[in-house]
Amino acid sequence: MRIFSRLALLSLALVVPGIAQAQSGGTLQKIKETGTVAIGYRESSAPFSYLDDHQKPVGYAMDICMKVVEAVKAELKLPNLKVELTAVTSSNRIPLMANGTIDLECGSTTNNVDRQKQVAFTNTHFLTASIFVAKKSAGVHKIADLKGKTVVSTAGSTNIGQLNKANAEQNLGINIVPGKDHAEGLLMVETGRAAAFVMDDVIVAGLVAAAKDPAVFAVGDEAFSKPEPYAIMLRKDDPSFKALVDATTARVYKTEGEALYAKWFTKPIPPKGIVMNLPLSAAMKKALQNPSDNADPASYGN
Amino acid sequence: MNYHWNWGIFWDASPEGGGTYADMLVSGLRITLAVSVLAWVIALGMGSAVGVLRSLPNPWLRRLANTYIELLRNVPLLVQLFLWYFVLPEVVPEAWGDWLKSLRDAPFYTAVIGLGLFMSARVAVQIATGIAALPRGQMAAGLALGFTLPQTYRYVILPNAFRVVLPPLTSETINTIKNSSVALTIGLAELTARARAIQEFSFQVFEAFTAATLIYLAINTIATVLMRLLERRMRVPGYGAK
Repeated sequence: MRIFSRLALLSLALVVPGIAQAQSGGTLQKIKETGTVAIGYRESSAPFSYLDDHQKPVGYAMDICMKVVEAVKAELKLPNLKVELTAVTSSNRIPLMANGTIDLECGSTTNNVDRQKQVAFTNTHFLTASIFVAKKSAGVHKIADLKGKTVVSTAGSTNIGQLNKANAEQNLGINIVPGKDHAEGLLMVETGRAAAFVMDDVIVAGLVAAAKDPAVFAVGDEAFSKPEPYAIMLRKDDPSFKALVDATTARVYKTEGEALYAKWFTKPIPPKGIVMNLPLSAAMKKALQNPSDNADPASYGN
Repeated sequence: MNYHWNWGIFWDASPEGGGTYADMLVSGLRITLAVSVLAWVIALGMGSAVGVLRSLPNPWLRRLANTYIELLRNVPLLVQLFLWYFVLPEVVPEAWGDWLKSLRDAPFYTAVIGLGLFMSARVAVQIATGIAALPRGQMAAGLALGFTLPQTYRYVILPNAFRVVLPPLTSETINTIKNSSVALTIGLAELTARARAIQEFSFQVFEAFTAATLIYLAINTIATVLMRLLERRMRVPGYGAK
């Protein structure tokens, strides 16, 4: 029994400082004291945040974050503000944000209501819908065409949840297989292990563009979800920092949002000069012109 | 730390539909237990057979057993699971490969067999060591009494050897349960994979992994207690420590 009482103590020790420090000084205060702003990037979330051929983090979300860094510099009058870059993954981004290792997470994180109980998000920089990709030769176009087939989606993603839901609601009898990462999902379609791969449209576009033969794949005509918002993540309950980030991103999206979008989604991007080939949609154009941090997909409707 | 604790998260509905986050953990626990138990059956069966082969007088059978053990013991479990899951269907005849790829619950069967074979190499070494640890006179006495070699193993050697190696087998039982978490890399929705999914959906990372830790601790404690009871019942007076 002693081990259990110790465990109870340990978990208490973890909880109490969490409560005590939730209110203490904001991120701007921390940046001022340390002279450093800490940015979390993703190593392979192209074209949002990834490493180029010089192992330098680049991408659409990185460009936006650098604008925020400029605004912090001006706001705090810190011309020598240092930028510390830390690679994060979907498994460690929350602990690293909570313990202050990163101040902003610049990648492709979905903003939803559940996650807002833990963190805050600034204005939406991208909208993505959950779609499926199959081999062109398989002739699947609608979700109903997947009936009774094996379909893969990435384990732990919101997409696999939507696939589960559609499967149950429409009684499709799909054999749902979780893949360990996005690359494995497309690999399973390529090797015939699955008939289709369900994922965010932008991730599918990136994987297909980088595939050996992009022409063998075709995207289905039906989506599993309304477009969901991606946003840069920051700590919750930090109104002064959020106000600055929100104001900066709103200004950037309205003035140069479309140019930034074109740079990363319609033109060749490093390191291999792949073209994502995702022209600006009407909903995306609206989201850039009317910046919003709303998590509800319906609020971005066409 | 700026972290928002929410221990009530387990009672919230999961976005996968059809239940709460706690139900996700329970479904993961079920798979972890099923994989561990079935893999352990394979590990004990194959491990005993190979362990006996390794102790036999015939040098070719010994070499065969040693090759089996070294192959399975010297390649990391993660690599083995990848080989079984991704490479095997590509090297067998195409019709078999297609059948394997379209198999429902392929990650589950792959995990059971892959983990079972990996652990069987470790069990085989324990069994062979247990046999080698017995006094040589036992084998000689059995044969002198007119038993054949298989009879000597069945009635004299193995009943003693299994009792000697029970304590190390307890560790291997627990290793099997813990190693089942590697199967998340081939997409099996076992306990660790479910904890990861919870943190991905809700961002309550510490709660999810604390729950998984406590569940692993509980099932491994139960497994240890059961094995200790078995050890006590099976102990040969005068053998081993205590």
